[in-house]
Amino acid sequence: MADEPRDTHSEDLACVAVVELVTDYLEGALPAADARRLERHLATCPGCADYLEQLRAIAGSLKGVTDESFPAEMRDALIADFRDFRNR
Amino acid sequence: MPRSITHGQDEGLVAALCRGDADAFATLVDRHSPAMIRVAMAYVPTRAAAEETVQETWIAVMRGIDGFEGRASLKTWIFRILTNLAMRSGARERRSMPFSALAAAETTTSESSVDPDRFLPARHEHFPGHWVIMPARWPTPEEGLLAGETREVIAAAIAELPPAQRTVIALRDVEGWSAEEVCEALEISAGNQRILLHRARSRVRNAIESYYGAVEEIDYEAITAELMGEKKEEESE
Repeated sequence: MADEPRDTHSEDLACVAVVELVTDYLEGALPAADARRLERHLATCPGCADYLEQLRAIAGSLKGVTDESFPAEMRDALIADFRDFRNR
Repeated sequence: MPRSITHGQDEGLVAALCRGDADAFATLVDRHSPAMIRVAMAYVPTRAAAEETVQETWIAVMRGIDGFEGRASLKTWIFRILTNLAMRSGARERRSMPFSALAAAETTTSESSVDPDRFLPARHEHFPGHWVIMPARWPTPEEGLLAGETREVIAAAIAELPPAQRTVIALRDVEGWSAEEVCEALEISAGNQRILLHRARSRVRNAIESYYGAVEEIDYEAITAELMGEKKEEESE
């Protein structure tokens, strides 16, 4: 299948479609032409611009929000096992 | 061919482990166990079962490290052992799907990031598919989203996610893994990884938004009426 030239002058994206593209955009996974089209939409649509900023904020601020630490007694027992096993 | 992933800090530990260096083993256990619990939780029904699976994995690692050939990163190797053991343990309990199948099941269903009723219909004359109810703004403390009560809202939202979504957002955003590391450890495609991440982040956003309430509805009727009025005036001229 031949690559069809992308129509960069086609009509504006709908917001309902934009909200599904923001993660691909933030991940750098959108083809360049699609990314530019999205940016043109964002420049004129405060709702979608807010949406993008909210997802970006969520992506960037969840570090350590939940803690799944391994129980200390299990950890210490494993390390003791390691010593026994390797020094056998 | 060189491995596509930069393995980072683990590789220097392999020789130390083979020498029987317990500090190196402790470093590895501390570094990876939290993420391992998150991954195991996708397969087994309880936290206790997940911890047990992680424990079994470390035992397998200490016994098998001499046979580690470095074809994959140490981290990938450890997580492959983990997912195999978790799947076996999940089979004893109630589920035994490989993560890729879980991911496929969650990504083949369609899911809107935002309630479709918040947009105008596609056939709307002037603003098809545009916002009716805009994203609500929420207060962001200087310290970030996790400073205040939002932390609990976010933690609860993550806990309620379907397992594949929960695992991907936990590894990417909570543990800080790269997309490539997640794809490699969970054996899923880059595309599915992004879909799961997008859905998970969107659900977290929705949870924060509904916690803060107040959404702003756009009065398109007024805007449309204005436009129609202009049109009629033109026609009657």
